[in-house]
Amino acid sequence: MEERRINVVVNGEMKSVDVEPRILLAHFLREILGLTGTHIGCDTTNCGVCTVLVDGLPMKSCTMFAVMVDGKEVQTVEGLGLDSELHPIQQGFREEHGLQCGFCTPGMMMASKALLMENPNPTEEDVRWGLSGNLCRCTGYQNIVKAVLWAAEKLRSDAATFSR
Amino acid sequence: MYPSRFHYEAPNSLEEAFGVLQMYGDEAKILAGGQSLIPLIKLRFSAPACIIDINNIPGLDYHEEDSDGSLNVGALCRHRTLERSPLLRSKHPTMSATAPLIADPMVRNRGTLVGSVCHADPQGDWASVMLALGGEIIAMNPDGKERAIPVSQFVVGPFQNTLQPNEIAVRAKIPPPRGTRAGSYLKLERRVGDFATVGLAVALEMSGGTVNRAGIALTGVGPNNIQCTAAEQSLAGKTLNSSTIDQAARLSAEAAQPKNDVRGSAEYKRHIVYTFVTRALANRVGMAA
Repeated sequence: MEERRINVVVNGEMKSVDVEPRILLAHFLREILGLTGTHIGCDTTNCGVCTVLVDGLPMKSCTMFAVMVDGKEVQTVEGLGLDSELHPIQQGFREEHGLQCGFCTPGMMMASKALLMENPNPTEEDVRWGLSGNLCRCTGYQNIVKAVLWAAEKLRSDAATFSR
Repeated sequence: MYPSRFHYEAPNSLEEAFGVLQMYGDEAKILAGGQSLIPLIKLRFSAPACIIDINNIPGLDYHEEDSDGSLNVGALCRHRTLERSPLLRSKHPTMSATAPLIADPMVRNRGTLVGSVCHADPQGDWASVMLALGGEIIAMNPDGKERAIPVSQFVVGPFQNTLQPNEIAVRAKIPPPRGTRAGSYLKLERRVGDFATVGLAVALEMSGGTVNRAGIALTGVGPNNIQCTAAEQSLAGKTLNSSTIDQAARLSAEAAQPKNDVRGSAEYKRHIVYTFVTRALANRVGMAA
Protein backbone atom coordinates (compact mmCIF):
# COMPACT_ATOMS: atom_id res chain seq x y z
CA MET A 1 0.00 0.00 0.00
CA GLU A 2 1.35 3.37 -1.07
CA GLU A 3 1.83 5.90 1.72
CA ARG A 4 3.32 9.36 1.78
CA ARG A 5 4.80 11.28 4.68
CA ILE A 6 3.09 14.62 5.19
CA ASN A 7 4.17 17.45 7.47
CA VAL A 8 1.30 19.66 8.46
CA VAL A 9 0.69 22.13 11.25
CA VAL A 10 -2.71 21.38 12.79
CA ASN A 11 -4.00 23.89 15.34
CA GLY A 12 -0.44 25.12 15.91
CA GLU A 13 1.09 21.68 16.36
CA MET A 14 3.40 20.09 13.78
CA LYS A 15 2.25 16.63 12.72
CA SER A 16 4.36 14.27 10.68
CA VAL A 17 2.27 11.34 9.51
CA ASP A 18 2.32 8.68 6.79
CA VAL A 19 -0.98 8.62 4.92
CA GLU A 20 -2.47 6.82 1.98
CA PRO A 21 -3.05 9.32 -0.87
CA ARG A 22 -6.75 8.50 -1.07
CA ILE A 23 -7.38 9.55 2.55
CA LEU A 24 -9.52 12.69 2.63
CA LEU A 25 -8.48 15.57 4.83
CA ALA A 26 -11.71 15.12 6.83
CA HIS A 27 -10.84 11.46 7.52
CA PHE A 28 -7.26 12.36 8.36
CA LEU A 29 -8.40 14.90 10.94
CA ARG A 30 -11.10 12.71 12.47
CA GLU A 31 -9.70 9.22 12.31
CA ILE A 32 -5.94 9.63 12.33
CA LEU A 33 -5.59 12.73 14.54
CA GLY A 34 -8.76 12.08 16.56
CA LEU A 35 -10.06 15.62 15.96
CA THR A 36 -13.73 14.73 15.68
CA GLY A 37 -14.92 18.33 15.93
CA THR A 38 -14.78 18.48 12.13
CA HIS A 39 -17.97 16.77 11.00
CA ILE A 40 -18.74 14.99 7.75
CA GLY A 41 -22.21 15.82 6.49
CA CYS A 42 -23.20 15.25 2.88
CA ASP A 43 -19.77 13.94 1.82
CA THR A 44 -20.58 15.30 -1.67
CA THR A 45 -19.19 18.88 -1.56
CA ASN A 46 -22.57 20.46 -0.89
CA CYS A 47 -23.09 21.18 2.78
CA GLY A 48 -19.93 22.83 4.15
CA VAL A 49 -20.16 21.02 7.48
CA CYS A 50 -16.58 19.75 7.10
CA THR A 51 -15.12 23.25 6.58
CA VAL A 52 -11.65 23.84 8.03
CA LEU A 53 -9.13 26.60 7.39
CA VAL A 54 -6.19 25.71 5.17
CA ASP A 55 -3.58 28.46 5.33
CA GLY A 56 -6.34 30.71 6.65
CA LEU A 57 -8.93 30.04 3.93
CA PRO A 58 -12.07 27.98 4.50
CA MET A 59 -12.14 24.78 2.46
CA LYS A 60 -14.20 21.61 2.44
CA SER A 61 -12.08 18.92 4.06
CA CYS A 62 -14.18 16.21 2.39
CA THR A 63 -13.04 17.55 -0.99
CA MET A 64 -9.28 17.56 -0.44
CA PHE A 65 -6.87 14.71 -0.01
CA ALA A 66 -4.77 14.85 3.15
CA VAL A 67 -1.61 14.69 1.00
CA MET A 68 -2.61 18.08 -0.44
CA VAL A 69 -2.04 19.86 2.89
CA ASP A 70 1.59 18.74 3.11
CA GLY A 71 3.56 21.82 4.19
CA LYS A 72 0.43 23.78 5.06
CA GLU A 73 -1.34 24.97 8.17
CA VAL A 74 -4.76 23.61 9.06
CA GLN A 75 -7.09 24.99 11.68
CA THR A 76 -10.10 23.07 12.96
CA VAL A 77 -12.81 24.02 15.42
CA GLU A 78 -10.67 22.50 18.20
CA GLY A 79 -8.14 25.27 17.58
CA LEU A 80 -10.68 28.07 17.84
CA GLY A 81 -10.98 28.68 21.59
CA LEU A 82 -8.94 27.78 24.64
CA ASP A 83 -9.92 25.26 27.31
CA SER A 84 -10.28 28.20 29.68
CA GLU A 85 -12.07 30.61 27.37
CA LEU A 86 -14.35 30.33 24.39
CA HIS A 87 -13.45 32.22 21.21
CA PRO A 88 -15.75 35.24 20.59
CA ILE A 89 -17.34 33.32 17.69
CA GLN A 90 -18.18 30.46 20.05
CA GLN A 91 -19.46 32.97 22.60
CA GLY A 92 -21.65 34.52 19.90
CA PHE A 93 -23.21 31.16 19.03
CA ARG A 94 -23.97 30.65 22.74
CA GLU A 95 -25.30 34.16 23.35
CA GLU A 96 -27.52 34.26 20.27
CA HIS A 97 -28.57 30.61 20.33
CA GLY A 98 -26.80 30.07 17.01
CA LEU A 99 -27.30 26.31 17.01
CA GLN A 100 -30.10 23.82 17.33
CA CYS A 101 -28.82 20.29 16.72
CA GLY A 102 -25.26 21.60 16.44
CA PHE A 103 -24.14 19.40 13.58
CA CYS A 104 -23.33 22.24 11.18
CA THR A 105 -21.81 24.42 13.91
CA PRO A 106 -18.10 23.57 13.50
CA GLY A 107 -18.24 24.35 9.77
CA MET A 108 -20.28 27.50 10.39
CA MET A 109 -17.74 28.70 12.94
CA MET A 110 -14.71 28.09 10.73
CA ALA A 111 -16.36 29.82 7.77
CA SER A 112 -17.28 32.68 10.13
CA LYS A 113 -13.71 32.96 11.32
CA ALA A 114 -12.44 33.39 7.76
CA LEU A 115 -15.24 35.83 7.00
CA LEU A 116 -14.41 38.02 10.02
CA MET A 117 -10.68 37.92 9.30
CA GLU A 118 -11.34 39.31 5.83
CA ASN A 119 -14.15 41.66 6.84
CA PRO A 120 -14.19 42.61 10.55
CA ASN A 121 -17.25 44.85 10.12
CA PRO A 122 -19.71 42.84 8.02
CA THR A 123 -23.32 43.72 7.28
CA GLU A 124 -26.01 41.10 7.69
CA GLU A 125 -25.89 40.64 3.91
CA ASP A 126 -22.09 40.09 4.05
CA VAL A 127 -22.57 37.39 6.69
CA ARG A 128 -25.28 35.63 4.69
CA TRP A 129 -23.09 35.75 1.57
CA GLY A 130 -19.99 34.59 3.48
CA LEU A 131 -21.87 31.62 4.97
CA SER A 132 -23.77 30.79 1.79
CA GLY A 133 -21.83 27.54 1.36
CA ASN A 134 -22.76 26.26 4.83
CA LEU A 135 -26.09 24.51 5.18
CA CYS A 136 -28.06 24.19 8.42
CA ARG A 137 -30.69 21.47 8.13
CA CYS A 138 -32.44 22.80 11.23
CA THR A 139 -32.73 25.97 9.11
CA GLY A 140 -31.57 28.02 12.08
CA TYR A 141 -30.01 30.67 9.90
CA GLN A 142 -31.51 33.75 11.64
CA ASN A 143 -29.66 33.09 14.87
CA ILE A 144 -26.50 31.94 13.13
CA VAL A 145 -26.31 35.30 11.37
CA LYS A 146 -27.00 37.09 14.66
CA ALA A 147 -24.26 35.04 16.35
CA VAL A 148 -21.69 36.05 13.75
CA LEU A 149 -22.68 39.72 13.99
CA TRP A 150 -22.42 39.44 17.78
CA ALA A 151 -18.93 37.95 17.41
CA ALA A 152 -17.90 40.66 14.96
CA GLU A 153 -18.84 43.35 17.46
CA LYS A 154 -17.09 41.53 20.31
CA LEU A 155 -13.93 41.11 18.27
CA ARG A 156 -13.94 44.81 17.33
CA SER A 157 -14.46 45.96 20.92
CA ASP A 158 -11.80 43.51 22.16
CA ALA A 159 -9.40 44.92 19.57
CA ALA A 160 -10.23 48.48 20.65
CA THR A 161 -9.67 47.63 24.32
CA PHE A 162 -6.42 45.95 23.41
CA SER A 163 -5.02 48.93 21.52
CA ARG A 164 -6.01 51.40 24.23
CA MET B 1 -16.53 7.89 1.20
CA TYR B 2 -13.19 6.43 0.28
CA PRO B 3 -12.00 6.72 -3.30
CA SER B 4 -10.36 3.70 -4.84
CA ARG B 5 -6.58 3.56 -4.51
CA PHE B 6 -4.41 5.63 -6.79
CA HIS B 7 -0.80 6.57 -7.19
CA TYR B 8 -0.17 10.19 -6.27
CA GLU B 9 2.46 12.53 -7.63
CA ALA B 10 2.91 16.21 -6.78
CA PRO B 11 5.57 17.41 -9.24
CA ASN B 12 7.38 20.70 -8.75
CA SER B 13 7.60 21.60 -12.44
CA LEU B 14 5.69 21.09 -15.67
CA GLU B 15 8.61 19.01 -16.99
CA GLU B 16 8.22 16.58 -14.10
CA ALA B 17 4.45 16.55 -14.59
CA PHE B 18 4.88 15.62 -18.27
CA GLY B 19 7.26 12.85 -17.21
CA VAL B 20 4.59 11.26 -15.02
CA LEU B 21 1.90 11.91 -17.63
CA GLN B 22 3.92 10.04 -20.24
CA MET B 23 4.16 7.00 -17.97
CA TYR B 24 0.44 6.84 -17.25
CA GLY B 25 -1.16 8.38 -20.37
CA ASP B 26 -4.93 8.55 -20.13
CA GLU B 27 -4.80 6.55 -16.88
CA ALA B 28 -3.64 9.78 -15.20
CA LYS B 29 -5.73 12.76 -14.16
CA ILE B 30 -4.45 16.27 -13.51
CA LEU B 31 -5.58 17.66 -10.15
CA ALA B 32 -5.78 21.44 -9.75
CA GLY B 33 -8.61 22.65 -7.48
CA GLY B 34 -10.19 19.21 -7.32
CA GLN B 35 -13.67 20.54 -6.63
CA SER B 36 -15.17 18.49 -9.47
CA LEU B 37 -12.58 15.73 -9.80
CA ILE B 38 -12.49 14.68 -6.13
CA PRO B 39 -16.29 14.27 -5.85
CA LEU B 40 -16.20 12.14 -9.03
CA ILE B 41 -13.42 9.98 -7.63
CA LYS B 42 -15.23 9.62 -4.29
CA LEU B 43 -18.38 8.43 -6.07
CA ARG B 44 -16.13 6.16 -8.15
CA PHE B 45 -17.44 7.53 -11.40
CA SER B 46 -13.77 8.01 -12.11
CA ALA B 47 -10.93 5.81 -10.91
CA PRO B 48 -7.65 7.13 -12.30
CA ALA B 49 -4.55 4.99 -11.71
CA CYS B 50 -2.51 8.12 -11.07
CA ILE B 51 -3.32 11.61 -9.84
CA ILE B 52 -0.92 14.35 -10.80
CA ASP B 53 -1.39 17.21 -8.35
CA ILE B 54 -0.12 20.38 -10.06
CA ASN B 55 -0.58 22.63 -7.02
CA ASN B 56 3.16 22.66 -6.26
CA ILE B 57 4.11 23.88 -9.72
CA PRO B 58 5.09 27.56 -9.52
CA GLY B 59 3.98 30.10 -12.11
CA LEU B 60 0.46 28.83 -12.84
CA ASP B 61 -1.49 30.97 -10.36
CA TYR B 62 -1.95 34.20 -12.28
CA HIS B 63 -4.32 36.20 -14.42
CA GLU B 64 -2.90 39.03 -16.46
CA GLU B 65 -3.23 40.97 -19.67
CA ASP B 66 -0.83 40.61 -22.57
CA SER B 67 0.44 43.70 -24.34
CA ASP B 68 -2.13 43.08 -27.09
CA GLY B 69 -4.96 43.23 -24.55
CA SER B 70 -5.70 39.51 -24.38
CA LEU B 71 -6.30 38.06 -20.93
CA ASN B 72 -4.52 34.93 -19.73
CA VAL B 73 -5.79 32.92 -16.76
CA GLY B 74 -3.32 30.35 -15.42
CA ALA B 75 -4.27 26.78 -14.56
CA LEU B 76 -4.03 27.45 -10.81
CA CYS B 77 -5.92 30.75 -10.76
CA ARG B 78 -8.79 30.20 -8.30
CA HIS B 79 -12.34 31.50 -8.64
CA ARG B 80 -11.63 33.40 -5.42
CA THR B 81 -8.89 35.44 -7.07
CA LEU B 82 -11.09 36.27 -10.05
CA GLU B 83 -13.94 37.24 -7.71
CA ARG B 84 -11.70 39.82 -6.04
CA SER B 85 -9.77 40.92 -9.12
CA PRO B 86 -9.55 44.70 -9.75
CA LEU B 87 -8.47 43.91 -13.33
CA LEU B 88 -11.65 41.95 -14.04
CA ARG B 89 -13.78 44.53 -12.27
CA SER B 90 -12.44 47.34 -14.43
CA LYS B 91 -12.13 45.62 -17.80
CA HIS B 92 -13.95 42.28 -17.89
CA PRO B 93 -17.57 42.76 -16.82
CA THR B 94 -18.81 39.32 -17.93
CA MET B 95 -16.07 37.43 -16.09
CA SER B 96 -16.32 39.71 -13.07
CA ALA B 97 -20.05 38.98 -12.84
CA THR B 98 -19.48 35.22 -13.17
CA ALA B 99 -16.82 34.60 -10.51
CA PRO B 100 -19.00 35.30 -7.43
CA LEU B 101 -21.74 33.05 -8.83
CA ILE B 102 -19.57 29.92 -9.08
CA ALA B 103 -20.65 27.29 -6.54
CA ASP B 104 -20.09 28.59 -2.98
CA PRO B 105 -17.31 30.42 -1.10
CA MET B 106 -15.39 27.30 -0.06
CA VAL B 107 -15.42 25.83 -3.54
CA ARG B 108 -14.33 29.20 -4.96
CA ASN B 109 -11.35 29.21 -2.60
CA ARG B 110 -10.05 26.05 -4.17
CA GLY B 111 -11.51 25.54 -7.66
CA THR B 112 -10.03 26.96 -10.86
CA LEU B 113 -11.44 28.38 -14.09
CA VAL B 114 -9.23 26.21 -16.30
CA GLY B 115 -10.12 23.07 -14.35
CA SER B 116 -13.79 23.90 -14.59
CA VAL B 117 -13.65 24.26 -18.38
CA CYS B 118 -11.60 21.04 -18.70
CA HIS B 119 -14.13 19.18 -16.56
CA ALA B 120 -16.71 20.10 -19.23
CA ASP B 121 -19.75 19.65 -17.04
CA PRO B 122 -22.69 20.80 -19.21
CA GLN B 123 -23.87 22.72 -16.15
CA GLY B 124 -20.53 24.53 -15.77
CA ASP B 125 -20.76 28.32 -15.84
CA TRP B 126 -17.27 29.18 -17.09
CA ALA B 127 -17.59 27.26 -20.37
CA SER B 128 -20.57 29.45 -21.33
CA VAL B 129 -18.59 32.55 -20.46
CA MET B 130 -15.63 31.36 -22.54
CA LEU B 131 -17.95 30.64 -25.48
CA ALA B 132 -19.44 34.14 -25.23
CA LEU B 133 -15.96 35.70 -25.06
CA GLY B 134 -14.49 33.58 -27.84
CA GLY B 135 -11.98 32.17 -25.35
CA GLU B 136 -9.40 29.43 -25.88
CA ILE B 137 -7.74 26.78 -23.78
CA ILE B 138 -3.99 26.65 -24.26
CA ALA B 139 -2.72 23.08 -24.10
CA MET B 140 0.98 22.28 -23.71
CA ASN B 141 2.64 19.09 -24.90
CA PRO B 142 5.74 17.38 -23.42
CA ASP B 143 8.02 19.35 -25.80
CA GLY B 144 6.70 22.60 -24.31
CA LYS B 145 4.80 23.38 -27.50
CA GLU B 146 1.48 25.16 -27.06
CA ARG B 147 -1.76 24.53 -28.93
CA ALA B 148 -4.67 26.98 -28.77
CA ILE B 149 -8.08 25.30 -28.80
CA PRO B 150 -11.20 27.49 -29.07
CA VAL B 151 -13.55 26.50 -26.26
CA SER B 152 -16.22 25.83 -28.91
CA GLN B 153 -13.95 23.00 -30.14
CA PHE B 154 -12.60 22.08 -26.72
CA VAL B 155 -15.80 21.08 -24.96
CA VAL B 156 -17.28 18.48 -27.29
CA GLY B 157 -19.76 16.69 -25.05
CA PRO B 158 -20.76 16.18 -21.47
CA PHE B 159 -17.49 15.71 -19.52
CA GLN B 160 -15.56 15.43 -22.78
CA ASN B 161 -12.80 17.74 -23.93
CA THR B 162 -10.32 17.48 -26.77
CA LEU B 163 -7.08 17.48 -24.78
CA GLN B 164 -4.68 14.79 -25.96
CA PRO B 165 -3.58 12.31 -23.26
CA ASN B 166 -0.06 13.80 -23.30
CA GLU B 167 -1.21 17.43 -23.01
CA ILE B 168 -1.80 19.66 -20.00
CA ALA B 169 -4.14 22.67 -20.09
CA VAL B 170 -1.88 25.44 -18.82
CA ARG B 171 -4.10 28.49 -19.23
CA ALA B 172 -7.22 30.01 -20.67
CA LYS B 173 -6.89 32.89 -23.10
CA ILE B 174 -9.48 35.53 -23.88
CA PRO B 175 -8.79 37.55 -27.04
CA PRO B 176 -8.64 41.35 -26.93
CA PRO B 177 -11.96 43.15 -27.51
CA ARG B 178 -12.89 45.13 -30.59
CA GLY B 179 -13.89 48.27 -28.70
CA THR B 180 -15.09 48.46 -25.14
CA ARG B 181 -16.35 45.43 -23.26
CA ALA B 182 -19.82 45.29 -21.78
CA GLY B 183 -21.80 42.33 -20.55
CA SER B 184 -22.89 40.25 -17.65
CA TYR B 185 -23.56 36.77 -16.32
CA LEU B 186 -27.02 36.09 -14.98
CA LYS B 187 -27.76 32.90 -13.08
CA LEU B 188 -31.01 31.60 -11.71
CA GLU B 189 -30.35 29.01 -9.01
CA ARG B 190 -32.57 27.44 -6.39
CA ARG B 191 -29.94 28.10 -3.73
CA VAL B 192 -26.27 29.04 -3.59
CA GLY B 193 -24.14 26.15 -4.79
CA ASP B 194 -26.83 24.53 -6.90
CA PHE B 195 -26.28 24.21 -10.61
CA ALA B 196 -27.94 26.87 -12.73
CA THR B 197 -31.61 26.48 -13.58
CA VAL B 198 -30.64 28.92 -16.32
CA GLY B 199 -27.34 30.71 -16.77
CA LEU B 200 -26.70 33.39 -19.36
CA ALA B 201 -23.39 34.88 -20.46
CA VAL B 202 -23.51 38.05 -22.52
CA ALA B 203 -20.25 39.57 -23.77
CA LEU B 204 -20.45 42.67 -25.96
CA GLU B 205 -17.69 44.56 -27.69
CA MET B 206 -18.93 48.07 -28.41
CA SER B 207 -17.92 51.26 -30.18
CA GLY B 208 -20.15 53.91 -28.71
CA GLY B 209 -23.67 52.56 -29.13
CA THR B 210 -22.77 50.07 -31.86
CA VAL B 211 -22.19 46.40 -31.19
CA ASN B 212 -19.00 45.23 -32.94
CA ARG B 213 -19.28 41.71 -31.61
CA ALA B 214 -21.84 40.00 -29.42
CA GLY B 215 -21.27 36.76 -27.56
CA ILE B 216 -24.27 35.02 -26.02
CA ALA B 217 -24.15 31.57 -24.40
CA LEU B 218 -26.42 29.53 -22.15
CA THR B 219 -25.87 27.22 -19.17
CA GLY B 220 -28.21 24.54 -17.90
CA VAL B 221 -30.66 24.48 -20.79
CA GLY B 222 -29.27 21.72 -22.99
CA PRO B 223 -26.92 18.75 -23.14
CA ASN B 224 -24.03 21.22 -23.42
CA ASN B 225 -23.31 24.87 -22.98
CA ILE B 226 -25.05 26.49 -25.93
CA GLN B 227 -23.67 29.32 -28.01
CA CYS B 228 -26.55 31.38 -29.47
CA THR B 229 -24.95 32.05 -32.85
CA ALA B 230 -28.06 33.43 -34.56
CA ALA B 231 -28.73 35.85 -31.71
CA GLU B 232 -25.08 36.94 -31.74
CA GLN B 233 -25.17 37.60 -35.46
CA SER B 234 -28.44 39.51 -35.18
CA LEU B 235 -26.71 42.10 -33.00
CA ALA B 236 -23.45 42.52 -34.93
CA GLY B 237 -23.14 46.01 -36.35
CA LYS B 238 -26.42 47.11 -34.76
CA THR B 239 -27.28 49.50 -31.99
CA LEU B 240 -29.19 48.21 -29.00
CA ASN B 241 -32.84 49.24 -28.98
CA SER B 242 -36.06 47.54 -28.01
CA SER B 243 -36.48 45.78 -31.36
CA THR B 244 -32.87 44.48 -31.71
CA ILE B 245 -32.95 43.37 -28.06
CA ASP B 246 -36.27 41.59 -28.50
CA GLN B 247 -34.99 39.80 -31.60
CA ALA B 248 -31.79 38.64 -29.86
CA ALA B 249 -33.78 37.45 -26.85
CA ARG B 250 -36.20 35.50 -29.06
CA LEU B 251 -33.36 33.88 -31.04
CA SER B 252 -31.60 32.92 -27.79
CA ALA B 253 -34.76 31.36 -26.38
CA GLU B 254 -35.09 29.39 -29.64
CA ALA B 255 -31.50 28.16 -29.33
CA ALA B 256 -32.13 26.79 -25.84
CA GLN B 257 -32.86 23.06 -25.54
CA PRO B 258 -34.32 22.90 -22.04
CA LYS B 259 -35.86 19.82 -20.44
CA ASN B 260 -38.47 19.44 -17.74
CA ASP B 261 -36.78 18.55 -14.47
CA VAL B 262 -36.80 19.36 -10.77
CA ARG B 263 -35.52 22.85 -11.51
CA GLY B 264 -38.50 23.76 -13.69
CA SER B 265 -40.37 23.06 -16.88
CA ALA B 266 -38.80 23.46 -20.30
CA GLU B 267 -41.26 26.26 -21.07
CA TYR B 268 -40.33 28.12 -17.89
CA LYS B 269 -36.60 27.86 -18.60
CA ARG B 270 -37.05 29.09 -22.15
CA HIS B 271 -38.99 32.04 -20.80
CA ILE B 272 -36.15 32.79 -18.36
CA VAL B 273 -33.66 32.77 -21.25
CA TYR B 274 -35.77 35.38 -23.04
CA THR B 275 -36.09 37.47 -19.88
CA PHE B 276 -32.39 37.22 -19.02
CA VAL B 277 -31.21 38.24 -22.50
CA THR B 278 -33.61 41.17 -22.49
CA ARG B 279 -32.44 42.20 -19.04
CA ALA B 280 -28.72 41.87 -19.78
CA LEU B 281 -28.95 43.87 -23.01
CA ALA B 282 -31.47 46.48 -21.77
CA ASN B 283 -29.30 47.08 -18.73
CA ARG B 284 -26.53 48.08 -21.10
CA VAL B 285 -28.62 50.85 -22.69
CA GLY B 286 -30.35 51.88 -19.47
CA MET B 287 -33.81 50.66 -20.45
CA ALA B 288 -36.19 49.04 -18.04
CA ALA B 289 -36.68 45.33 -18.69
